[in-house]
Amino acid sequence: MVGKTESQNGAVKATAAPAMNLESDLFSNFSFKSFKLKTKQQELLLRVSILGLVYILAFITRLFSVLRYESMIHEFDPYFNYRTTLFLTEKGFYEFWNWFDSESWYPLGRIIGGTLYPGLMVTAAFIYWTLRFLRFAVHIREVCVLTAPFFASNTTVVAYFFGKEIWDSGAGLVAAAFIAICPGYISRSVAGSYDNEGVAIFALLLTFYLFVKAVNTGSLAWALASAFGYFYMVSAWGGYVFIINLIPLYVLVLLITGRYSMRLYVAYNCMYVLGMLLAMQIRFVGFQHVQSGEHMAAMGVFFLMQVFYFLDWVKYMLSDTKLFQAFLRITVTSAIAVGALALGVGTASGYISPWTGRFYSLLDPTYAKDNIPIIASVSEHQPTAWSSFMFDFHILLFLFPAGLYFCFKKLSDATIFIVMYGLTSMYFAGVMVRLILVATPAVCLISAIAVSATIKNLTSLLRTKSKTAVAGSSKGTGGSKASSKASFDQSQPFQKNGAIALLLGAFYLLSKYATHCTWVTSEAYSSPSIVLAARGAHGNRVIFDDYREAYFWLRQNTPPDAKVMSWWDYGYQITAMGNRTVIVDNNTWNNTHIATVGRAMSSYEDEAYEIMRSLDVDYVLVVFGGVTGYSSDDINKFLWMVRIGGGVFPVIKEPDYLVNGDYRVDKGAAPKMLNCLMYKLSYYRFGELVTEYGKPPGYDRARGVEIGNKDIKLEHLEEAFTTSNWIVRIYKVKPPNNRW
Amino acid sequence: MKTASSNPTDRRVLVLVDDFAIKSSHSLYFGSLTSRGFQLEFKLADDPNIGLQRYGQYLYDALVLFCPSVERFGGSIDVASIVDFVDSGHDLIVAADSNASDLIREVATECGVDFDEDPAAMVIDHINYAVSNFDGDHTLIASDDFIKADAPVLFQGIGHSLNPANSLVLKVLSASSSAYSANPKSKLSNPPLLTGSAISLVSVVQARNNARILITGSLSMFSNRFFRSGVQKAGSSIKHEKSGNEQFLTEISKWVFHERGHLKAVNVRHHKVGESDEPAIYRINDDLEYSVEIYEWSGTSWEPYVSDDVQVQFYMMSPYVLKTLSTDQKGHYSAEFKVPDVYGVFQFKVEYQRLGYTSLSLSKQIPVRPYRHNEYERFLPAAYPYYGSAFSMMAGFFIFTIVHLYSK
Repeated sequence: MVGKTESQNGAVKATAAPAMNLESDLFSNFSFKSFKLKTKQQELLLRVSILGLVYILAFITRLFSVLRYESMIHEFDPYFNYRTTLFLTEKGFYEFWNWFDSESWYPLGRIIGGTLYPGLMVTAAFIYWTLRFLRFAVHIREVCVLTAPFFASNTTVVAYFFGKEIWDSGAGLVAAAFIAICPGYISRSVAGSYDNEGVAIFALLLTFYLFVKAVNTGSLAWALASAFGYFYMVSAWGGYVFIINLIPLYVLVLLITGRYSMRLYVAYNCMYVLGMLLAMQIRFVGFQHVQSGEHMAAMGVFFLMQVFYFLDWVKYMLSDTKLFQAFLRITVTSAIAVGALALGVGTASGYISPWTGRFYSLLDPTYAKDNIPIIASVSEHQPTAWSSFMFDFHILLFLFPAGLYFCFKKLSDATIFIVMYGLTSMYFAGVMVRLILVATPAVCLISAIAVSATIKNLTSLLRTKSKTAVAGSSKGTGGSKASSKASFDQSQPFQKNGAIALLLGAFYLLSKYATHCTWVTSEAYSSPSIVLAARGAHGNRVIFDDYREAYFWLRQNTPPDAKVMSWWDYGYQITAMGNRTVIVDNNTWNNTHIATVGRAMSSYEDEAYEIMRSLDVDYVLVVFGGVTGYSSDDINKFLWMVRIGGGVFPVIKEPDYLVNGDYRVDKGAAPKMLNCLMYKLSYYRFGELVTEYGKPPGYDRARGVEIGNKDIKLEHLEEAFTTSNWIVRIYKVKPPNNRW
Repeated sequence: MKTASSNPTDRRVLVLVDDFAIKSSHSLYFGSLTSRGFQLEFKLADDPNIGLQRYGQYLYDALVLFCPSVERFGGSIDVASIVDFVDSGHDLIVAADSNASDLIREVATECGVDFDEDPAAMVIDHINYAVSNFDGDHTLIASDDFIKADAPVLFQGIGHSLNPANSLVLKVLSASSSAYSANPKSKLSNPPLLTGSAISLVSVVQARNNARILITGSLSMFSNRFFRSGVQKAGSSIKHEKSGNEQFLTEISKWVFHERGHLKAVNVRHHKVGESDEPAIYRINDDLEYSVEIYEWSGTSWEPYVSDDVQVQFYMMSPYVLKTLSTDQKGHYSAEFKVPDVYGVFQFKVEYQRLGYTSLSLSKQIPVRPYRHNEYERFLPAAYPYYGSAFSMMAGFFIFTIVHLYSK
């Protein structure tokens, strides 16, 4: 089989020449006579220009959000990244590295330098400094907004080289084009989405590419490069754990399938040892890399490689196969025993930390739901719905199995890698919505193989006719070739038409893919989520800019050391935009602290007041969508607050807030629900408001019910600010009664 | 609030009366106030032109309500404005009487004091009454249930109880255990609601912002008649020439008007030992020094406050360090301690609450950071074997390479 494909490839290369000559005739028409290029050069030019166009396309397709809204940072985490980048550019690297932030997690504080992946910030700051050095007067915000699109463009280049490495340059080009516009990747890399993933996918693919290159060549230099790629990945995103588990798994598969080679030995050992040493330089990783359970697989495989090498050497020294078999058995058994023993002792003594909850929840999708509500509460940690696969991959979903087929047909070290990458990442994508992102490069590459191989086969079918015609007229070739020619001739009309139809079909699908991707990008993935847009009654666009209104109010009207309590989702934004201290934020490192806030939100006002006093809270911020119909507000998140609060403080019980297992806010709601702090703060004075024509006052548009408690009195808090569309409401915590 | 000003004593006092006769019938008390430098302004309680503030500024430092029967204040004064007046740090004296109006009761309730609900009720004590020629129903009470009494204090009027929910209100003068509160003119049909020492005759409140309030159920105890009259307690042979009212009310007025018992804390400083500048952030395990100066107002000048029980807390959700400040007897208090090995946002807290003194509640926020990357020890003695092994490994590898490459 393999031989056949190769011969076909050879045929294609041979036929490429006349085609190029035709094209050069075209060139001559444009009076480029003196500028005639050789075929190879023309191909290179074509490839470079295609790649250049893809590079630009990847960048500009991500600019919808800037055009629709403005050049701004999106969502939640990016605000933290932006704030830290700003700090880095203002204060320098050492201050950033040692930054102790007293404005978040009051009163615990957070060691920013030691609890983040600095890759993104350093990258953006580096771009900023470079531009400044070149006398471009840019603001750091613009750099941050455009970092993700820039790295998406770079990813296309890496995808090209990766595709070239595992298949051929055609597949590389198709892969580059696919990944440039694939919605699964765009969702995390539009302009303004200044998050770790934007840089990390580039680093991930680069590491994989360099490692495959190292395995293919057995070169120490490539392995070293891949170790540095890995270092960059570790510095940028916690998803590096995927690399450090996938590569050992891949090596293990190669060992089992008998594909062990010196190339592999060099590539893996160099990459692992140097990559580990480099990764340990990141403070957030540190000794975890040699101590935590997630990294043990890599270490195990590393030792296994040494055993393999040793066995190879013994085999070489021992001529007696029987003796070697016995030796092999003893060595392998004892090696496994020693490894298991070391792992057992390490785990029992606590030297090797067990797997973290996040890791468990990847292997067992139900784990988080039962044990760690704080992980399960995040929407992007939910299991993926089928529709979102279709949404994010479109035709790639069908091309992916086809590509796997081609990979299996031409099995090599490189294709085994991409198959394993594709299969494992597809599994993880099914477990968590956000991990579709990790699967996207693999899906694009494998689909690109399918598309490229199919089109190549079809076009070669079309071309064989002209070739046989030419070949038949000029001179006869070998006898075997002649016979095959005869067989071609017999089925030619049918085959040719079929090939044309299939080609047209393929191009139709590809064009559909392009339109789908553009549509998804513009409609779904370019919303900053800090500014909400809705369609008005006359089809006009209505903008709700309440978040920024509220944060700006906080910045202007509260004392600089005021502490703001809100649910953790808004913590990063309050510190970055409001410049005020928060109790909890999106870095959910301290579950107890979050549970305390959850408890305060789900307690009665006087109990909550005690908690807020103990945390020195000055303001409470809630997000409320009852007026606008904005559904991801705090009332809809409230059950998670109850669950997380109840997980630490058993006085909070979820059934107290439910009626027969139903979560309701209307008259039939549970009494505790109607009087808890969150309900009171969300619906304070809401009972007087008519939100929709023909509905009673106090009609909640987000949930479509009339609220149950319209007469809300606040004792220890007072309304300080409510934004124009009521989306953000800020309350001031009153000091204790002066005379009591 | 008043700690900032150089003189905490009130100057301008508004006195609201039911009728101006009180001005002469209580002239001794008012005279003692004027002689101590207070500017008294007498107004009828229903004068339509009275007001506590103008253009957002308070016109008075203290308010005296000698108008037990007023149903409605004139001008812009009402219960809420009086409460606001107190909550913004001003002082208040309320003297009620039997038949006190609902308005006065409401003011008292806001301050944690409940007068007997029966409007005609008076405090009656058949044992500790004062012997007098004109009073037969034992409502004139001679009370000496307070500190350092020269002579008993005469009291005639309505009793009150303290709201148990209020932790700030204090009894200054309470009735004896044989007292009860009832209408002396009618027969006692039901057991009285207020009895014994639960009845308070004079109560004070020091609010959280150090505003001081005096509440009593007797307007007549301020009168010249009570000031001058002699007192002989029933069953006692000692006859005092003069009742204790003048001394008692003068001293307690001094307290209420911040002539006594007023502390201020200034110059709160903290710095590392051996330095003098206040840092914006501390590092864990730093040695630091905290100091504060506390002065007491003597009525004319600030005198050093001397005490050995002032403590400072280094606080983050709970006190990590609690240390008694040492004093140099000149008002300067200081303590040295080590920052705990915990990072976070701490507070220096001084919570000094002593009976009769203004409560001092100082807190100053200060973050504590962990070590910087270059503040750790560079070479650990315990790690020398590891350094040694690393370098010997490098050297060994180098030699091995040379030997391997160049030996034939």
